[in-house]
Amino acid sequence: MGLARRLYRGEIDVDFVGKWRLWYSLSGVLLLVSIVGLLVNGLNLGVEFRGGTVFSFKTSQNVTVEQVRDAIREDGVHQVIVQSAGNGWRVTTESLQEDFRAQVQSDIAKDFNTPAGEVSVQAIGATWGGEVSQKAWIGLGVFMLAIILYLSMAFEPKMALAAIVALFHDLIITAGIYAWSGFEVTPATLLGFLTILGYSLYDAVVVFDMIKEVTAKLGHTSKMTYSMAANNALNHTLIRSLNTSLVAILPVAAILFIGTTLLGAGTLKDLSLALFVGMIVGTYSSICVATPLLVTLKEREPKYQAIAKRLASTKGTGKGAKGGSKSAAVAKG
Amino acid sequence: MLLAFILAMGATMLLQKAFTPKLGLDLAGGTTVTLSPVTLNNASPPEEILDRAVNIIRERVNGTGISDAEVAKSGDNIIISIPGVGQSEAIKLVATTAELRFRQVLAMEATQVPQDLATNAPSPGASQSAAPSASASAAPSTTASGSPQQSAKPSQSAGAPSASPTGKALSSALTAPTPAASASAAPSATQSAQGQKNDKKGQNAKATPSASPSAQASTPPAQDPNAPQINTQGIDPAVLAQFNKLNCADPANRGQGVQDDPNKQYAGCETDGSYKYVLDVAKVVGTDIDTASAGVRQGTTEWVVQLDFKSKGAGAWADLTQKAYSSQEPRNKVAVVLDGVVITAPNIISPIPGGRAEITGGFDQASATTLADQLKYGALPLKFNRSSIDSVSSTLGQDQLQGGLIAGVIGLGLVVLYCLLYYRGLGIVAVLSLVVASILTYTAVVVLGHNAGFRLSLPHIIGLVVSIGITADSFIVYFERIRDEMKEGHRTLRAAVEVAWVRARRTILIADAVMFIAAIVLYFLAVGGVAGFAFAMGLTTLIDIVVVFLFTKPFIALLARLKFFAKGHPLSGLDAERMSEHGTAARPTTPQEA
Repeated sequence: MGLARRLYRGEIDVDFVGKWRLWYSLSGVLLLVSIVGLLVNGLNLGVEFRGGTVFSFKTSQNVTVEQVRDAIREDGVHQVIVQSAGNGWRVTTESLQEDFRAQVQSDIAKDFNTPAGEVSVQAIGATWGGEVSQKAWIGLGVFMLAIILYLSMAFEPKMALAAIVALFHDLIITAGIYAWSGFEVTPATLLGFLTILGYSLYDAVVVFDMIKEVTAKLGHTSKMTYSMAANNALNHTLIRSLNTSLVAILPVAAILFIGTTLLGAGTLKDLSLALFVGMIVGTYSSICVATPLLVTLKEREPKYQAIAKRLASTKGTGKGAKGGSKSAAVAKG
Repeated sequence: MLLAFILAMGATMLLQKAFTPKLGLDLAGGTTVTLSPVTLNNASPPEEILDRAVNIIRERVNGTGISDAEVAKSGDNIIISIPGVGQSEAIKLVATTAELRFRQVLAMEATQVPQDLATNAPSPGASQSAAPSASASAAPSTTASGSPQQSAKPSQSAGAPSASPTGKALSSALTAPTPAASASAAPSATQSAQGQKNDKKGQNAKATPSASPSAQASTPPAQDPNAPQINTQGIDPAVLAQFNKLNCADPANRGQGVQDDPNKQYAGCETDGSYKYVLDVAKVVGTDIDTASAGVRQGTTEWVVQLDFKSKGAGAWADLTQKAYSSQEPRNKVAVVLDGVVITAPNIISPIPGGRAEITGGFDQASATTLADQLKYGALPLKFNRSSIDSVSSTLGQDQLQGGLIAGVIGLGLVVLYCLLYYRGLGIVAVLSLVVASILTYTAVVVLGHNAGFRLSLPHIIGLVVSIGITADSFIVYFERIRDEMKEGHRTLRAAVEVAWVRARRTILIADAVMFIAAIVLYFLAVGGVAGFAFAMGLTTLIDIVVVFLFTKPFIALLARLKFFAKGHPLSGLDAERMSEHGTAARPTTPQEA
């Protein structure tokens, strides 16, 4: 039976929880690499954080990047970064004074045969980015608190903790990917990061909901340990998790595609890139980090320790118990 | 019920003849300026000062004659949206610091108004002839002798601009709040009569005989016999030239946002344009004010504005009023200049030592409170940092709109395709649900646009596109539950649909709650476009719940009665055979897998 077929039928039984050492070490390596990347490379902060001026325009003339750069340097602008997309151009410069900005704007219009009103200008003060990121941090903090409270009430504190840890995991790895790849970080990217948190949690919540349902039946006579039950629940929702992630990533991929090909650099691209990367990491973490972590936390509880001990003594080794998880398969209804 | 909901939205759209969403400036083209006001010591300003700043900037923007501009507070920032391109002048104008200044009036003149303007706006037309009568009648009040000291509503009560010409022609009076000042209580009777006449749209002013100006005999006769003569003594010729050129009938010239240098003389207009002034250097500034309040004078029903100066300001204020008091009309007035325009120019009835002053004359509660607020917060000790200026041309905006819509269509298409491939018959439910969700979203955006000023911007579009995933997920959760129930095989489809719903409902609600919390947090803590994105996400999360509860679930329940689905046709997506090779009756034992 092919994997696709088994996936379609929902007949998956992978011991995700049992392989926690693999996931923990994989995530550990990823986190380490990310943190090193953040420390060594840092993030390539966009003009919104550094302050600067961005000119966007379209021209029907055939011009090269060099021509655009030279034309704008002629005005006496020092830092000129030129990006192109189709017949659209985006030129990033240092912060320009108001009058100078207007002059460059009209020069561009003249040089490239564009109506002056069609040269868009974006000017960002140097303090703006600080405020944006400060707000983002506050947003992150408030969001974390709200979510911990909500999940603690809807589920239980340990689930909230596992979900939050997975969240930081996603955040750090996504940031690490940005650090290593040198993708530009703009406010739209931050927005993407914050949205990833929502998705990552959304995914974890659906899995935890199932875990809660399955583990609620665990008692003195149950034939499953917490980890077996959790793994079971995980496999149960695996199709959903994969489907959901795929369905969520499809529109994001569409934005990314359009944003890169049609419009070039800008909000669309920045946001969708962050989402695209983050959603993939988020899907991985809700399956391979959040759940094993939850199990690690829960297995320490006396109630589940007792079950594990009893099952271990009747079935012998841990290996037997592992097999048991498979034969017990769907233990609901 | 859902149908009624959609119909209601549709009807609203029809009634308002609004079928397209209102577009934000990043899509329609225009300039968005984000100002970050900070106090002079770089702290974030208190709420009330921020509100005041928003009002001042709104007045400035309106004063420039730009239509459809919006000034809004967003967290600690002020966001100004100006439609259309080429508004760099407007931007320069709005982002200057407003400071209150007290300047002695050196000369004043009523505005000359072109005839065509006068016909559609009776107020300025009246002021021409009203001018001489003003100086004539106001002159006696300098002596505080109790002669009809005519005073009218101060300019900032200009909710009804038509009432202002007489108000401008006359003036308020400034006194120390001592019992002696009760002299000004008497004129208030005159004033109220005046007020009534004001309501007749300045007829009174027109009726006033144009007496020749009395006080300035020494000045050479002006060429225009109607123009009041000006005592140019001590006036900087450059400022005088400016003054002569100044046309206060044109709102663009009213100087809002002009940085009047406190150390130089200044030529400026009254807020409603009825007068122009030459003003001396600012001897007292807004930061010298300790507090200001509006109140009713004891024993009367007259509204007055009380001013308290700080100790440093009190001395300067005493000097200024002493100087004005001993000067001749119109130099006996002290103009209060806010943001480059004269908000009021009361006569000084007596020198005012001690740092307390009282402005009287024709206030009602609203106008007194406004003036007090202007005095209190008018000195905006704020710097406006222009955090970001974003001017988007309409073609670039159109490109982005197009790009966003194409992305939306592609995204929706891919999701539809995937749903149909994976869920077959059930996929149709998903597709229809997405269609219903899209219709709801569209109508919501249109209705909000026309009733709540909601403008669709690029972040909104991204938010909406991204939310397709959230919406689709609800169906997936539900469908997977149904399939689970079917796989376990001991339920009929109709039972499975119901049992699965109970479980899926909980998951959907909890998961949507998480998204909703994220949206709310993002919305309230966000800057700029983030709020739009969050709003779109919150909106679609709500719509998702509505659609799943009111459309998807009932629709599936309906389908479950159909033979096609109930019997598990291979194309229904609920094909029992395909889902489990072990048949429908047996509890599936999953194959071993390493």
